Amino acid sequence: MTATRAEVCVAACAEAFRGDGEILAGAMGGLVPSLGARLARATFEPDLVISDGQAYLVDAEQAVEGWLPYRAVLDLLASGRRHVMMGPVQIDAHGNANISCIGPWERPKRQLLGARGAPGNTVNHTTSYWIPRHAPRVLTPRVDLVCGIGYDRAASAGYAARFHEIRRVVTDLAVLDFAPAGPMAGDGGGGCGGVGCGGGVPRMRLASVHPGVTVDQVVEATGFELTVPGDVPTTPAPDPEALRILRDVLDPAGAREAEVPGG
Amino acid sequence: MADKTMTADEVVARLEDGMTVGIGGWGLRRKPMALVRAVLRSSLKDLTVVSYGGPDVGLLCASGQARRVVHGFVSLDDHPLEPHFRAARESGTVEAVELDEGMFLAGLRAAALRLPFMPVRAGIGSDILRINPSLRTVADPYGSGDEVVAAKPLRLDAALVHTNLADAAGNAALTGPDQFFDDLFCQAADRAYVSTERIVPTGELLKQAGCVHALVIHRYMTHGVVEAPGGAHFTECRPDYGRDLEYLAAYVRDPQPVETFLASREAEPR
Repeated sequence: MTATRAEVCVAACAEAFRGDGEILAGAMGGLVPSLGARLARATFEPDLVISDGQAYLVDAEQAVEGWLPYRAVLDLLASGRRHVMMGPVQIDAHGNANISCIGPWERPKRQLLGARGAPGNTVNHTTSYWIPRHAPRVLTPRVDLVCGIGYDRAASAGYAARFHEIRRVVTDLAVLDFAPAGPMAGDGGGGCGGVGCGGGVPRMRLASVHPGVTVDQVVEATGFELTVPGDVPTTPAPDPEALRILRDVLDPAGAREAEVPGG
Repeated sequence: MADKTMTADEVVARLEDGMTVGIGGWGLRRKPMALVRAVLRSSLKDLTVVSYGGPDVGLLCASGQARRVVHGFVSLDDHPLEPHFRAARESGTVEAVELDEGMFLAGLRAAALRLPFMPVRAGIGSDILRINPSLRTVADPYGSGDEVVAAKPLRLDAALVHTNLADAAGNAALTGPDQFFDDLFCQAADRAYVSTERIVPTGELLKQAGCVHALVIHRYMTHGVVEAPGGAHFTECRPDYGRDLEYLAAYVRDPQPVETFLASREAEPR
């Protein structure tokens, strides 16, 4: 069985939740991250808690195991026992993300959703992102409104932003993560090399390219300078068991293919 | 117990130009559309609308009655973008105060509890502080080195909410899967007006609500009760009815002027 591009993306989203244990896995940026969270639970993260998108927590058999209306979600997120995958309209090299509007906020060219919960999510718990169309206008040098905060903003905020983590960014072309870049990174010169040390602020790095995608393609489709390691691995395809669960149990109608066409 | 029943137009007669009006529900869910329609029919103006926004916000922008909108988002769920709100923002005809959803909740809580602010981590490091320059952060007075945003109270002159059941005295039940923040809207407001799918005798409230946890709006919070079956249409009012997807599709495909919206039979309660 060869996995389609959409299926590779679902598996890459599932990987974002690896190690999370018994927390709420939230996916609001499309079907692929939602399938990713459910695939993670069905395979290597059995304790993940997942909402039905309304007010119920539902287990793997779709039995209601809890009640989580919006008010409880907004309190839960401040407690930190949550990891969400959001869909940014724009994201920059440090992971600052915008979902509110395009153009100047004061008089936008295009009004979108509004900031929603992105500011609170990103300072309270782990966040990942799903981008179904990797393009320079999405992965852009500067976002129009910082809704979800990136590593540079978190570094400036210091202790108040200590719960900030952007785990990974999954796109239709690649998986990206964040690593300290610049002269402070691993220079062994006695600098702290971590967040808060200027040059050591994590930037987006190419973690893997999906099967059939070249490094150049990803660099070309990214609007800022991406950190590209010397050796870029290929994103692992889901193993046969994961693929069976995805195809037969989680998404038998194949709706995932519409979100990542051309796979 | 006083009889607080009135018509939607009688609610609107108690509102004034320039008021700050909170509207319950969330996006396309349990919006008090019958009360919103009554506002749209009126000459009220210069309103500040405070809402987890949906078509309530959009229509009050389209009518020009909302001068300012305080929101965390304005969305129609299945259709993420509200066409009237978009048009108003892009043409600069409405002033926006954009908050994080959790900061919005903190503001409602501060208002309900009569506190000067409510600490919340949401907003730290984000542009929400840039576009709301009057927002302040506060250092932990106990010296941990932590710093949080002091969310401003969202004090309301009036709140409008839609409920599944109510009695004539102004007790109301929210029987759907999510009660949203409607009880907080009522407590954050000087005066709260409740529309409801049906008014029942007080002795029937618990029985018909099916669960005591539904009885979250109490008569000491409310000042008027309007019986409005279908009063959330075209938004959903579970478990009584779902969203009207056909109506929604047309609303998004071909946004109509407010007069046309008010004239359409589909917009009326069923």
